[in-house]
Amino acid sequence: MALDRRMLDSLGIEDVEQLFADIPQGVRIDGIPLPKGMTEPEMMRTIRAMLQPNATADDMPCFLGCGIYHHHVPAAVRSIAMRSEFITAYTPYQAEISQGMLQALFEYQSLISELTGMDVVNSSNYDGSTALGEAATMSFRIRPKKKFLVPEALSWEKKSVLKNYVWGAVMEIVEYAYDPYTGGLDMADMHSKYDDDVSGIYVEVPNLFGVIDPAAMKLKKEFPEAVLVVGFNPISLGVLTPPGAYGADIAVGEGQPLGLGMNCGGPLLGLFACRTEHVRKMPGRLIGMTKDKNGNRAYCMTLQTREQHIRRSKATSNICTNEALMALTASVYLSIVGPKGLRSIAEINIRNAKGLMQRIDELDAFDSPVFEAHHFNEFVVSGPVRPEKLNKLLLKHGLIGGADMQRHVPRMTDHMLLATTEMHTEADLDRLVNVLREVA
Amino acid sequence: MFRQARWDDKLIFERVGESDFCFLSDRTEVSLVPEGMARSGLCLPDIPEREVVKHYTNLSQMNYGLDNGFYPLGSCTMKYNPKYADQVASLSTVVNVHPMQDEAAMQGSLRLMYELEQALCAISGMAAVTLQPAAGAQGEFTGMLIAKAFHKKNGQERTEVIVPDAAHGTNPASAAMAGFEVIEIPTSKNGCVDLDSLKAALSDKTAAFMITNPNTLGLFEPQIEEIANLVHDAGALLYYDGANFNAILGHTSPGAMNFDIVHFNLHKTFATPHGGGGPGAGPVGVCSRLEPFLPLPRIAKDGERYHLICDRPDSIGKVRSYFGNFAVLARAYAYILRNGSDGLKEVSQKAVLNANYLRGQLEDTFPMPYGKLRKHEFVLSGKTLADEKGVRTLDLVKRLLDRGFMAPTIYFPLLVDEAIMIEPTETETKDTLDEFARAMKEIAGESAETVRSAPNATSVARVDELFAAKELVLTWRIYQAKADKFSGGSK
Ligand SMILES: Cc1ncc(COP(=O)(O)O)c(C=O)c1O
Repeated sequence: MALDRRMLDSLGIEDVEQLFADIPQGVRIDGIPLPKGMTEPEMMRTIRAMLQPNATADDMPCFLGCGIYHHHVPAAVRSIAMRSEFITAYTPYQAEISQGMLQALFEYQSLISELTGMDVVNSSNYDGSTALGEAATMSFRIRPKKKFLVPEALSWEKKSVLKNYVWGAVMEIVEYAYDPYTGGLDMADMHSKYDDDVSGIYVEVPNLFGVIDPAAMKLKKEFPEAVLVVGFNPISLGVLTPPGAYGADIAVGEGQPLGLGMNCGGPLLGLFACRTEHVRKMPGRLIGMTKDKNGNRAYCMTLQTREQHIRRSKATSNICTNEALMALTASVYLSIVGPKGLRSIAEINIRNAKGLMQRIDELDAFDSPVFEAHHFNEFVVSGPVRPEKLNKLLLKHGLIGGADMQRHVPRMTDHMLLATTEMHTEADLDRLVNVLREVA
Repeated sequence: MFRQARWDDKLIFERVGESDFCFLSDRTEVSLVPEGMARSGLCLPDIPEREVVKHYTNLSQMNYGLDNGFYPLGSCTMKYNPKYADQVASLSTVVNVHPMQDEAAMQGSLRLMYELEQALCAISGMAAVTLQPAAGAQGEFTGMLIAKAFHKKNGQERTEVIVPDAAHGTNPASAAMAGFEVIEIPTSKNGCVDLDSLKAALSDKTAAFMITNPNTLGLFEPQIEEIANLVHDAGALLYYDGANFNAILGHTSPGAMNFDIVHFNLHKTFATPHGGGGPGAGPVGVCSRLEPFLPLPRIAKDGERYHLICDRPDSIGKVRSYFGNFAVLARAYAYILRNGSDGLKEVSQKAVLNANYLRGQLEDTFPMPYGKLRKHEFVLSGKTLADEKGVRTLDLVKRLLDRGFMAPTIYFPLLVDEAIMIEPTETETKDTLDEFARAMKEIAGESAETVRSAPNATSVARVDELFAAKELVLTWRIYQAKADKFSGGSK
C-alpha cells in the first residue's frame, strides 16, 4: 500500500511519520512484534489448515443442543444474508439511504412479534443469555424489587451472565427447584420462594431438560404482580402456544436456530420482546414505520431517547453495535420456511427426539428420558458411563455426542442432554444407539 | 449521477403466494405437545422462495453499504473489508462447529482463538486478552466488571468512574450498568483532558478513568503520561476505549501508554463488515495484575494441545455465552495475518494521512476548532453555515446523500457546535477524498432551499422522525390498526 505523494506534498511534509509527531516519545513503540504479512493464498492456506482439525456437523451427526442447534439453513438464506449492501452498511442512522435495512428490521420485529405473540420486539440483543440479563434489569425498572426468580435448571452460562448483568442493579438471583419426576417447575417451591421482594420470575419453555412444562402457563395467574419473563426456543413456537398468550411481560430467546450457523458459538441473536406498556423501559434499538416528506411509507430508528448515545449513563442499556445482520437472517429464514414449514420442522424435531429416546430406553443400562414429560427436541438420559468419557468414545465412532449436564446441575453426574433436529436421519440415530449398546 | 433504487414498498406480509419450502409434513399429531399447549394459528408470510429472494434483493438495493461508496462515518472506522474474510467466515470448519464440542473435536477453533489473543496482546502491549465480549460496549462492561472485582478483592469500595464529556455514550452507559456512579469532566480549551478537572474528580472513590486516545476529536492526548500517573497514584485503573485503534497501530499502544484495561472493536479496526448494525466483537486486554479476573473459559496451550480452563476463583465469570463471536474473530485473525506487522503499521499511516489530507481540503470552508494536526478523524463545525444561511449540519449531510456519499457522524462530540465528524479511513483513494471535498464545498455554496429539501436521490425523501416517535408503529400488526394514518402517499 503505497502512500500518495501528492497528499504528502499538499500537507507540506516529507514523511508520513511527521503526522505522528504529537505522540510523546515516552509512549512510542517501534512497530508491532508480529511476523510480516502474508499473501492472500498463504493466509487462506494457514487458516484452513489451522481449522482443519475441527469436527463439523457436516461430517459427523451432532447431538449437541443446549441452546445452539444444527438446523437446516436454506441456501437462499445465506445467499441473501451475504448481500454486500446489507453486510457492509453501518447502523441505519441516515434513514433515507438505508430503507432496505430499516424495512428488513421492521419486518424482523413484526415476524418475531407474530411468532411470540408479544406486542413489540427490539431489533436484537447480542445473544440469548444477554437478552435474559437485560430482561432481569428491565424487570427491575418495571417493578423495582430486589429478587429475580430463576430455575435451578438453567445453563451455567446463563446463570453466570445473569449474575453479571444484575450486579450493577444490586439484584439477588433466587433459584426455584424442578420436579425430580417431570423435570417441570416445582410450584410449591416457587410459592415458598415468592414474597413481596420479588421483581420478576423467569421460566423457560422448553426448559434446560428439553421439557415442555405446561405449568409455565399458570404463572401469571398465580403471581400476577411479578414481571413474567419467558425464555423460548423460536422453532418450538411452530407448534407451541406463544408466551404472549399466557401473560408474559417479556419474552427472550436465542435466535440461532432461525437460519444461523452454529459458528462455534457466535455471532448469535438475542431475541427480545415485551408488552407495549413496557416499551419505554426496553433495551436496544427499535425501528418504527413513518412517512417521508411526500407521504410515502418509510422507516427510521425510534424511541432513541432510551439509548446510550442520547441518555448516556441513564440509558436503558449500553448496547450499541448489536446483531442486525443476524436479525435480517432470521427474517429471511422465517419468510422462506413460512408458517407450515416452521410447524413441520418443529414436529420433525419432536418426533426425532421421541424416536431416539425410545430406542435408547430399550437399552437396560440407560434411563431415557430421565423425566416423564413432553419434550421438544432434546432430552436427558442417564447411563453407566460419564458423559465426558462417552463423548470421547462417540467421537471415535464419528459422532458428536451430547452435553454433559453436571456443568449445569451439579448433582446430575451421569446425565447427558441429547438433541435432535430435522438434520438427523434414521441411520444417524441408529449409529448413536449402536455405540450406546456397546457400553451398556 | 447517483440515484438509489426505489422498488415497490410492499412489506413481506403483503406479498402473496404459497410457500414451496421442502420440509412439509402432512401429519399433524396433537399429542406431540402437552394438552392445552398446542398453538392455534401462526401469521407468518406464506410465499414461495422466489418471492422472498426478490423481496430482499430489492430491499438490498434500497440500502447503501460501504461497498457502494465513501462512508466517512466518524468514530466508526468504515474501512473496506477485504472479501477474503467473508470466505474465511464461510468455511464449514467455522460455520458448522458447535461451541460445546469436546476439546479434542475443536482444536482448530481453540488454536485460532489462542493465537488471536496472542496477536492482540502484541498489538496492544497488554498481558492477556479475552475474546468473549460481543461488541465494544460489551467490552467496556466487561472492563468495568473487572475493575469492580479487582477493587473488591483488594478490600476497597470504589464506586465512581470518571469519563470526559466528549466520551462516546457507551462509556458512561457501561459504567452505570456495572453499578458505578459516573462523573463527567469537562474538556479543556485545547480539546483534551483537563488535568485540573481530572485531579479534582479523582479520589479514593474512583474505580477507573475511561478515555479513548486519540480522543473523539481525533486529537492525541499530549499529557497521556501524566494522566496515567495521576490515575494510578489515586489507586484507580485506566481504561482505554479502543474504538480509535486505527490511528495508532504500530506507533504506540495502550500498554505503552500504561493503560490497565482496553477493549478492541474488531469490527472497526480489523475489518469485519458491520452488518447494518452488527455483529461485532469487543475483546478486552488487561495488564498482568488483572489477568485473574478475565471471563471464563480461558484458553491454554499445553505442548501441541489447546484446552479450556473453567475454574478460576477470581474470574468475573461470563458476559455472554460461549467464546464470543467466533466467526468475527476468525475474520479479524485473517486480516491480522494478511497484513502482519508491516501492513498494520501502514494502515495507521494511511488512515492518518487521509484524514489530515481531507481536513486540509475542507478547513477553509468549514471551521475546525481545536488545533490542526489530527490522527484518523477530525471534527468540523457547521455553525457558520447554520448562522449565515440557516443550513444546519443535518441538512448538509442529507444533501451529501444526494451526491452518493454516506453522511459523516453528526452532532457528536457534543462540544463542537453543529459537529461534522469525518473519518475517511485508509482504504480510500485521493480521488475519492477530492470528490467528497468538492461535494462538501459545492453544497456549502448552494441555496438554503436546495439543501434543506434534500435528499431527493435516495429511495425516500426526508423521513418524519417525530411522526415515528408519536405513532410508535413498531410492527405489521400495529400498522394494520393504524393504516389510515399512512394513506395517500405520492410516489
Ligand atoms: C468511541 C467509541 N467507543 C465505543 C463504541 C461502542 O462500540 P460498539 O458499537 O462496538 O458497542 C463506539 C462505536 O460506536 C465508539 O465509536
